[in-house]
Amino acid sequence: MDMLINKMASHIFFASSLMVLPLTASAADGMAILNKQCISCHNLSGPAAQTLKEIWAKKGPDLFYAGNKYRQEWLVSWLQKPQRIRPAGEFYGNHIKTGPKGDEIDAATLKDHVALSAADAEAVAAELMKLKPHDDLIAKEKIESGTISKDMGEMNFDKFWGCMACHLIEPGYGGFSGPELYTAGKRLQPEFIASFIRNPQAWEPKTWMPNKEVSEGGIQKMVKYLEVLSKESVNGK
Amino acid sequence: MVNKLLFAVFLVCAVQAQAQETAADNYKTYCVQCHGLEGNGKGINIRDMSTSPRDHTDAKAMSARSDDHLFKVIKEGGASINKSILMPSWGGTFSDEEIKDLVQYLRTLCKCKYGS
Repeated sequence: MDMLINKMASHIFFASSLMVLPLTASAADGMAILNKQCISCHNLSGPAAQTLKEIWAKKGPDLFYAGNKYRQEWLVSWLQKPQRIRPAGEFYGNHIKTGPKGDEIDAATLKDHVALSAADAEAVAAELMKLKPHDDLIAKEKIESGTISKDMGEMNFDKFWGCMACHLIEPGYGGFSGPELYTAGKRLQPEFIASFIRNPQAWEPKTWMPNKEVSEGGIQKMVKYLEVLSKESVNGK
Repeated sequence: MVNKLLFAVFLVCAVQAQAQETAADNYKTYCVQCHGLEGNGKGINIRDMSTSPRDHTDAKAMSARSDDHLFKVIKEGGASINKSILMPSWGGTFSDEEIKDLVQYLRTLCKCKYGS
């Protein structure tokens, strides 16, 4: 009887090991890829840069709060077919030069992002979504329901708050030192957009995005506008 | 006890020293994106702007602006002096001391003083 119980227990243990294996293997792969391929350009463990020297050394966005920032489905898709988000790279100051008509992007210094296989992209995205040190900031945001017309959103964005100075709202319009925002609605969680606009320095103390002290209404309009913008066919890459 | 107190004072000073950046480094990080690597108002962001950023090497225009005026526009933004909203408020980025240093740095770029 004891032998039978032992045999059954060992079968159950073996079966449960099999059930757990695929999950742990996938998680291990994602972490292994992050540590092997991503860590040289991205800050995976925090904290954010505290000095300008640390800002100048940045080669890509911080990922240690990726789970508070990105949409998982966007990560999976983008990692397989990456397209430049920051026209002047990161840190932008390392990729500009003087030109005959003013400063210009020094394209020769920009490197393309590595592309991952579908399986690797899934595994990496799953690992990144676990990185959530700023749940407290996200919890403070409440996104109101509703939408905004593209024209009204654009007026708020361009004319009222002047965000187009640093951000592209379509491939051919806007500034270059910040990330393009025509795919932001697909890329970012709405609560993150709201929180970062409200207080960029709470996320990145030395970021070159200023706190424009945008009103609550302005923030809500901005979140909705970026969502509308990301659905435009010309921007829907 | 005294040693511990001195060490605590040293630590506070060290942290403050680290937090304060030089004006040249702040300019290079934050202002250059619009005002340009040479401070001439021709940064990488200007292509679609409705109003051009101030040329900080323009001695005539810069000497017409007081240090207090420059401090205010850096801290509170263009709208605070009825100028363009494209110039943001940097009060959330710089300490008052850093802004004062930036004003003096602008004086080195224009090689001018207020009223000169």
